[in-house]
Amino acid sequence: MKHLNITLWGVLPYLVLLLFVAGSAWRYRYDRFGITTRSSQLHESRLLRVASPLFHVGLLLVVGGHVIGLVVPESLTERLMIPESAYRANALAVGGTAGLAAVAGLAVLVWRRLRTRAVRISSRPSDRALYPVLAVVLVAGLVATLAGSRSGDYDYRLGVSVWFRSLFALDPDVTAMSDAPLTFQIHTLAGMALFALWPFSRLMHAFAAPVGYLVRPYVVYRSRGSRVDPGPGSGNGGRSGSARAAGRPAAASHAFDGQRRG
Amino acid sequence: MDDYYEPWTYDYENLTAAPLGDDVPTAPPRSLVDGRPTAVTGGPNWDDDLGGGPAHLAGDPVLRKVSDDVRLEYENAFMFYLPRICEHCLNPSCVAACPSGAIYKRIEDGIVLVDQDRCRGWRMCVSGCPYKKIYFNHRTGKAEKCTFCYPRIEAGEPTVCSETCVGRLRYLGVILYDPDLVGEAASVEDDRDLYRAQLGCFLDPDDPDVAAAAEASGVPHDWITAARRSPVHALINRYRVALPLHPEYRTMPMVWYIPPLSPIVDALAGTGNDGEDAGNLFGAIDSLRIPVSYLAELFTAGDPEPVRDSLRRLAAMRAHMRRANLGEPEDPGIARSVGMDTAEMQRMYRLLALAKYEERYVIPTAYSAASGTGGDGCGCSLDTPGGPGMMPDGSSADAFHAPPKPPPQAAEPVHAAGPGGDDPPGRPRRVNLLNWNGHGRPDGLFPPRPQEET
Repeated sequence: MKHLNITLWGVLPYLVLLLFVAGSAWRYRYDRFGITTRSSQLHESRLLRVASPLFHVGLLLVVGGHVIGLVVPESLTERLMIPESAYRANALAVGGTAGLAAVAGLAVLVWRRLRTRAVRISSRPSDRALYPVLAVVLVAGLVATLAGSRSGDYDYRLGVSVWFRSLFALDPDVTAMSDAPLTFQIHTLAGMALFALWPFSRLMHAFAAPVGYLVRPYVVYRSRGSRVDPGPGSGNGGRSGSARAAGRPAAASHAFDGQRRG
Repeated sequence: MDDYYEPWTYDYENLTAAPLGDDVPTAPPRSLVDGRPTAVTGGPNWDDDLGGGPAHLAGDPVLRKVSDDVRLEYENAFMFYLPRICEHCLNPSCVAACPSGAIYKRIEDGIVLVDQDRCRGWRMCVSGCPYKKIYFNHRTGKAEKCTFCYPRIEAGEPTVCSETCVGRLRYLGVILYDPDLVGEAASVEDDRDLYRAQLGCFLDPDDPDVAAAAEASGVPHDWITAARRSPVHALINRYRVALPLHPEYRTMPMVWYIPPLSPIVDALAGTGNDGEDAGNLFGAIDSLRIPVSYLAELFTAGDPEPVRDSLRRLAAMRAHMRRANLGEPEDPGIARSVGMDTAEMQRMYRLLALAKYEERYVIPTAYSAASGTGGDGCGCSLDTPGGPGMMPDGSSADAFHAPPKPPPQAAEPVHAAGPGGDDPPGRPRRVNLLNWNGHGRPDGLFPPRPQEET
């Protein structure tokens, strides 16, 4: 049992992290073309319009909650004079609502994927692997949140969070995790599976968040010479900035002309 | 999907695999989306040639604007085609809408392209393009659009749509414009001013100041000379017969159209008048079968004057050339009445009616853009490792393009590097092992053996 615990909570996280980082780098380098949401909006948009925002917004809130819960130590909230009960109530209200939204959204999305023939056919094997894992992660997390908050017997901020932070100190606190309730352990394991699947599935689209859009000029100009090599060792491919930045008083453009006579 | 159409194929196998019977086997349609039998209810060009005309006529937004003075006697209408490709706008809204920055406008030639490696399938460009000229590939999850046949353009050849046009009515050429004026021109208050505002962005390549400024900013010399000979420049700026399509979208489209002079000569002759007489023609323009106001909604955001001017010039050219062909004395008054002189009229006639290949397509090659420097700027843009331009026999793109004419002052183009010279010297050859099927030994996987080196 001890060896299993060390393997699961002391070794596996690092393997997953390695796979996640190296896999993402590999995917970015060799399969940039494949990084897309593979949207199925074209096949079915009615359910998607409701379920997709529900799932994604819920998930973003859940991720934010994880950052607060895992990274911020309990001593900090105590110093900020936030009582434990208020923290728990907030976690239950916001986290529970967001989790419910994400689970509901995922349920509709999976149902849509299975029941809409065109969407089902356009699904890939990676989707079939991904959705069950995602469902397990979300449901286990939601159960842990709802059950844990009600009974109040397990404080994950003194267990799971300590383990999580110890991972990055390269001194994994295995007992902190192995003492956690089963739902937390399932949630964590499935979460690691999710990160392992990440580079090889559509989850890669999370990296496509359009942060650059906030700062870039509206119209992107690029020179013919600065094309992006799909192969290894390219590295160039920056755009050349706006026309104003490029400072070209005259650029050339083709035009084409249809003419017809009666 | 319902807004477009469901792609389909036919079950051709049934033609040969059907069991012997009394009935001739058929090839029933099958959906390409889910493989099931489908009923074909729509498709590309489905409504061409007045198909579905009565059904869609009521929804025509242009007609709605002008419907007061247009009779919907459909059998009376004169049908004309409006071939549409990507407008390669000066102010492209698809580029501005792309969250990933994957769509870009090329500095050299203004072609708007989608970087397939950067596209993340946001689909904002599909709704962002008012001309509906970006398509979502539901298999790859990427946006695709007209590329203006850029590998051909780079080699100095016209786009396929232009080259294959049976009516020879497509013209290609260079327009010099001032990108700093585009933003201002696109934001003029009144939609009807947009046509003139866009004209204001274009530069006159015959102006020595413009030529000097263009050359100073890196536009190659032969592009400037090409801009002077550009048929598009002549039709847009000199003769003012070409007009932009839907300028009110404010994207500054760069595919311009010459409005159709619907068959009025016969109509005039039918009323007992001389159908070719300039005066009669001018008078008839306002009673064309396709009303000027309809054309104005298409080409000038509703301002009938530029359309009328364009049609008057075309009518005047017609009357002028009729006199010339019948041996009647020239009437300079005809040309003068539309603000041209007879020599100009002759030139316009030549360009519109007689122009040969080289006059219709004046396309400078991209090779000279990097003249003297060599290196990465040269060569076909498809010659990326594993790209479609990589010919297996190393013959490079010469099998596909006509060899580029070497510009006078240029260094030897890469394509003249001789047989097997598909790699610039000094650049290590790369092999994408992901594309390797595991059989054989791909070229360049190992350095050449000593005895192979000659």
